[in-house]
Amino acid sequence: MTRRTTAKTLLAAVVATAFSAFTPAFAWEPTKTVEFIVPAGTGGGADQMARLVQSIIAKHNLMKQNMVVVNKGGGAGAEGFLEVKGAKGDPHKIIITLSNLFTTPMATGVPFNWKDLTPVRMLALDQFVLWVNKENPAKTAKEYIELVKKAGDGKMKMGGTGSKQEDQIITVALQKQTGAKFTYIPYKGGGEVATQLVGKHVDSSVNNPIEAVAQWRAGNLRPLCVFDNERMPYKNKVAGDMSWNDIPTCKEAGVDTDYVMLRGIFMAGGVSPDQVKYYVDLLEKVRQTPEWKKFMEDGAFNQTAITGKEYADWVAKAEKLHEGLMQEAGFMAKK
Amino acid sequence: MQEIQSLMGGFAVAMSWFNLALMLAGVSLGVLIGVLPGLGGANGVAILLPLTFTMSQQPGGATSAIILLSCIYWGALFGGAITSILFNIPGEPWSVATTFDGYPLAQKGRAGAALTAAFTSSFIGALVAVILITFISPIIARFALRFGPPEFFSVYLLTFSAFVGMAKGAPFKTIAAMMTGFALAAVGIDTVTGQLRLTFEIPALLKGFDFLIAVIGLFGIGEILLTIEEGLEFKGAKAKLNMRVVLETWKELPRYWKTSIRSSAVGCLMGIVPGGATPASFMSYGLAKRMSRDGEEFGTGKVEGVVAPETAAHAAGTSALLPMLTLGVPGSPTAAVLLGGLLIWGLQPGPLLFVEKADFVWGLIASMYLGNIVGLIVVLTCVPLFASILRIPFAIIAPVILVICAIGAYTVHNSMFDVWLMLVFGVLGYVFKKLDYPMAPLVLALVLGDRAEDSFRQSMLGSQGDMGIFFANPLVGTITSAALLLLFWPLISRAIAIARGRNGRGG
Repeated sequence: MTRRTTAKTLLAAVVATAFSAFTPAFAWEPTKTVEFIVPAGTGGGADQMARLVQSIIAKHNLMKQNMVVVNKGGGAGAEGFLEVKGAKGDPHKIIITLSNLFTTPMATGVPFNWKDLTPVRMLALDQFVLWVNKENPAKTAKEYIELVKKAGDGKMKMGGTGSKQEDQIITVALQKQTGAKFTYIPYKGGGEVATQLVGKHVDSSVNNPIEAVAQWRAGNLRPLCVFDNERMPYKNKVAGDMSWNDIPTCKEAGVDTDYVMLRGIFMAGGVSPDQVKYYVDLLEKVRQTPEWKKFMEDGAFNQTAITGKEYADWVAKAEKLHEGLMQEAGFMAKK
Repeated sequence: MQEIQSLMGGFAVAMSWFNLALMLAGVSLGVLIGVLPGLGGANGVAILLPLTFTMSQQPGGATSAIILLSCIYWGALFGGAITSILFNIPGEPWSVATTFDGYPLAQKGRAGAALTAAFTSSFIGALVAVILITFISPIIARFALRFGPPEFFSVYLLTFSAFVGMAKGAPFKTIAAMMTGFALAAVGIDTVTGQLRLTFEIPALLKGFDFLIAVIGLFGIGEILLTIEEGLEFKGAKAKLNMRVVLETWKELPRYWKTSIRSSAVGCLMGIVPGGATPASFMSYGLAKRMSRDGEEFGTGKVEGVVAPETAAHAAGTSALLPMLTLGVPGSPTAAVLLGGLLIWGLQPGPLLFVEKADFVWGLIASMYLGNIVGLIVVLTCVPLFASILRIPFAIIAPVILVICAIGAYTVHNSMFDVWLMLVFGVLGYVFKKLDYPMAPLVLALVLGDRAEDSFRQSMLGSQGDMGIFFANPLVGTITSAALLLLFWPLISRAIAIARGRNGRGG
């Protein structure tokens, strides 16, 4: 075993040397510390993912240079995006996105657009689930919507993270689809929303799985439906005898609404294809590690991960979708 | 007494040589981080988080990892007091209230006493909080669930009210300073509408005014400017430099038992709710000033004025870990990073953590006892060392402080603009001092202004504009009434005095 490993290592070394002798002209590699920008505060979903990627890269020695995570969450993420926009041609900065890539410029009028950046790859898609308190009499999404309608316009409270961002967009889409009217109450973070729902200060939430799973497992919350066009694939039991896979899609549940959030990586504009390829490959290696796979399952992520033109097209489509939703909701900044 | 058994199990986990060494390393590092203004516990823990990733993969490693990180947190809580007392520069937001009496004490040559009082009361506050966590955490966790937006607003109102009577100067100057603070707090994104406010399309203003930048400037730079004007030397240079000062201060401390108990209670409540260590320290200082016999002399260098905020800050900082573990809601920025850490290590904070990962939880709780003891020993033995910093000639130390402040201001957001901003705040601080405007209300409004505003508007959204929501249940009604009572206490006490036929100016 040992001998074989040695032989393998030797072979790898030979190959590596051979490559390094020929490749400098083609393969680009970072020559200094890479900044991984998070356009949100410490502790949130994007921050966790960025720090996990950083940990995995460090643990498995996937990169020769260091990577540091830098939080630039000012102005609903505008601070981070503007920094990358301003760093044209700098290959040592990457940024992870939330839906604020689309919503922030639309809602605030801060001048940036994903086209100012270079798409690298999608890492995953974050799901949203409709949650109610366990004491809520509604057992299905349809029953809950009926309750909301019966209570009267604006009587039932939907808690969510931030304003004019993904949680409120979903709420508006849900209202449009079903005719029910909520009062939307914005909070600063997802964990806070889940707790407020347990304490019955709001009637429902559209938390990400990872934000609410602990309260679900403790029997305090009940998931009604997932805002995706397919069920989540994870069949391991999570809460009691329920798995993520047992949660119906909202379409199945009769309240046809879907929304997923991009967890993707971008670089500054004006970088070379070699440089993009380096990060595409690096992140592919990250995706193959057991740590990443476990994180995906814990957070019940949609593991769609695309690159290149396919990714850029996806982003362009998502932008259109957000534009439509934001316009309908009257969330666009006044020019 | 199942808790005692679990706790003993926890000590067995935490007591290994490896973990004790981690505690020592963590606390020392934390003190350093707390001393450097701007770096802060949250940043310090975030930077070290990736290091613990490998550690957490080994059996029992998650416990070691959280011990290391939480000890950095304890260290930062201890360390924040040091620069507040020596240089009037709060290293952490919750140490602002410590400067009010700590710095005057240092100027009187009693830096050692102030440091000892600060460290000892920090320890006591933390101890009370840990005992609370050990024995009644399930009850507390349920209590925290009762806090919705109206309850939070009433708590912030209580903090402001407890503090409002503090300034000795003209009431309108206090109001002017506080309103400036509110205005600064409003800059940046507004949580409730998602709109930018007061940014004037200047990218640097997008992130708003960070409390730390303002504090480093107003207090630190402002103080240096004043010292330059008054002659280039520290007034506290005669500080005693032996360990006797520790024992002497300890003899004095039992006198303030009432303040300690009150501050611990305030701190635990604010940590659990989770309101955070900063409001806890301000509220506790305000209450102590109102209720202590020497209240009038607060701000001139009373040991009791150091005991109150430090006890509360540490009690809050420690109990803030409870909502993080049981609810998955962080009670402080540092707890938020630790929470991220738990998720990365594959642990799921929430109601089941105590059941599923009892080893981890009780190991952590045991490490809170041990970490704080280790921390107390580390900082107390260093008291003479810290105090001796004041003997370095001002001409040498002032540039060093300036550089450290600038680095601190830069680190908060990695932004050069913040360094300039810090200098502007420094000049503002100097002007405030010269014109006799109080800075504390400005700082308080800056740190709590947007949170108070958010919770007020969330309440109004929920009640559709009905103010009655602040009296809608016994909990929120009691807190709101207490806040209003405190707010109008100067008027009420005067009315009582007049009714008794005495001179109304006494109170």
